[in-house]
Amino acid sequence: MTQTTERPAVNLTQKGRGVVADRTFWIISLVSGLLVLAVLALILFTTLREAWPALSYSGTDFFTSSTWVPNDPDGDGPLGPQFGALAFIYGTVVVSLISLIFAVPISIGIALFLTELAPRRLRAAAVTVIDLLASVPSVVFGLWGIIVVGPALVKVFSWFHHVFGGVPVIGSVVGEPASSGRTFTTAGIIVAIMIVPIITSITREIFATVPESEKHAAFALGATRWEMIRGAVFPHSFGGMVGAIMLGLGRAMGETIAVSLTIGAATQIVPNIFASGNALPAVIVQNWGDPGVPPGRSALIACGVVLFAITIIINYAARIVVRRAEIRMKGAAA
Amino acid sequence: MTTFAPAESERESVPTGLRRLSLSRRRRVTDAVAKVLMWLSLVIAVVPLGLVTYYVIIKGAGILSWEFLTERIPRQAQTEGGGVGPAVVGTILITGMAALISIPLGVLGAIFLNEYGKQSALARTIRTMSDVMTGVPSVVMGLFVYIAFVLLTGEQNGLAGALALACLMLPVVIRTSEEMLRLVPDELRQASLALGARKWKTTVSVVLPAAISGITSGALLAIARAAGETAPIVLVVGLTYRVNWSLFDGNTALPAQIFRNASEPFPAAVDRAWGAALTLVAIVLITTLIGRFIANRFAIKER
Repeated sequence: MTQTTERPAVNLTQKGRGVVADRTFWIISLVSGLLVLAVLALILFTTLREAWPALSYSGTDFFTSSTWVPNDPDGDGPLGPQFGALAFIYGTVVVSLISLIFAVPISIGIALFLTELAPRRLRAAAVTVIDLLASVPSVVFGLWGIIVVGPALVKVFSWFHHVFGGVPVIGSVVGEPASSGRTFTTAGIIVAIMIVPIITSITREIFATVPESEKHAAFALGATRWEMIRGAVFPHSFGGMVGAIMLGLGRAMGETIAVSLTIGAATQIVPNIFASGNALPAVIVQNWGDPGVPPGRSALIACGVVLFAITIIINYAARIVVRRAEIRMKGAAA
Repeated sequence: MTTFAPAESERESVPTGLRRLSLSRRRRVTDAVAKVLMWLSLVIAVVPLGLVTYYVIIKGAGILSWEFLTERIPRQAQTEGGGVGPAVVGTILITGMAALISIPLGVLGAIFLNEYGKQSALARTIRTMSDVMTGVPSVVMGLFVYIAFVLLTGEQNGLAGALALACLMLPVVIRTSEEMLRLVPDELRQASLALGARKWKTTVSVVLPAAISGITSGALLAIARAAGETAPIVLVVGLTYRVNWSLFDGNTALPAQIFRNASEPFPAAVDRAWGAALTLVAIVLITTLIGRFIANRFAIKER
């Protein structure tokens, strides 16, 4: 005991090398965290700056015209290149809507199956299948879409065209199919396969937060399983489901390679969903090697800016909706 | 389930009014239809997965060989034979470099969020923004790296591709690592601090080792996803026909080769696309499975 008293007293609050190490580590981790904000700000700044020449060259035509002629048509003549991206914006919207029409009911069905219906052993297998679906690279789906799905779908499209072609409004939507099978609908179906895992996993988490007591209460009142889902699960999960669908929409709009391969690269605005078209991200990769005369490359970057703005807004809104829904439900469950 | 479906002998004792058959036909049918639709939606999701796997294996296996994996890419797309050697090397180099950049930064970012920032306004902003960044389309990330790197250095190369993939991986690594750090019990931190360890020492030698399996599996899943990214590669990596073991002067990667060959009208090119697709799917699948195995085998039990 006497030895301890003879040892010089350690001042526990003194500043030493440890404090410097602590501070350094804090700064390094802070900088890494801030990197996310820096990259996002840099994306916004650099892409806007590079897109500016094209945007100022085309003015509002960029958003209202669907004429995209990147090569000067008459040399030094009065006609310059034209950059109107409306057809691509239209294609992006049409493809994402088609993909949502296919993906949303299927995803919600799978999520309900996993949370309310599946036997335990099957549930793990089904989750693995969905995970595997998410891990297949989009370019592989694109390759499959352009070589197998597209040609196979032409017959289906033709059938729809022949059966419903005479009906007034629907007739113009299901018009003559493109013979290559590279159409808005083909791209929409391929994208739907890719967004099913995202929507499924988020809606599943949302459904899992529905309080057991409410489900039991519904059963006790004599509800069938479906009536329980309609009366207890859906009202609770509505906000979260909207958020999940929006996240899927954001992903569908940004999908580049699979859409680029399966949409057919035609610059046109037609109501016919069986026609070829083009989409914002697809047009960037297709024309990158040969962007035309200046400001051709800048115009492609401008397409990227429009895409970035749309997806960021959708994603941000979706995250807020999902988080609100989660907080509200966890509060209710507690 | 047994409570809802009593055994045959017990059924007699269930009052008539509570039997399933005493429900109105409409309610019974609606319920049955709903159940069938739920089963059906799972089946619909399984079909494309099965079909893609089937086609990739059937069409890819015919061309896959050691020569295919190592030989140089033919300059003319219609040329028979040749391989995707440069693309295999490129995919490994570019994805590896992207992992080397993004994983340390992502884990450090997660440490900031979970160990320092916690619920502060800054940490919450970073969390939301990394979620938002996950949704940035890969083609936009490609454009960003093109402007910020290729335009500045004046050349398209593998390093630019690695930077683009790293930007795509960063938010994923941050979010998964943070989830894993959050699962580490606070008692471990308190014990370490009580023994006199500084906070950085605690984090590096107690918290990180406890969460390392989850972080590794999250990182492997991020790598698997990045390996399949095509758009940034097409925009910033440039092109090469010979095997190039450096990240400079022109690279290529498997996704870019699939994309380039898929829309060619020549059967030889399409065959190469299927072969490259099988190779890519194998790489992605193996990485994913290792990640899932680590996650299942060494997971910290949730509190």
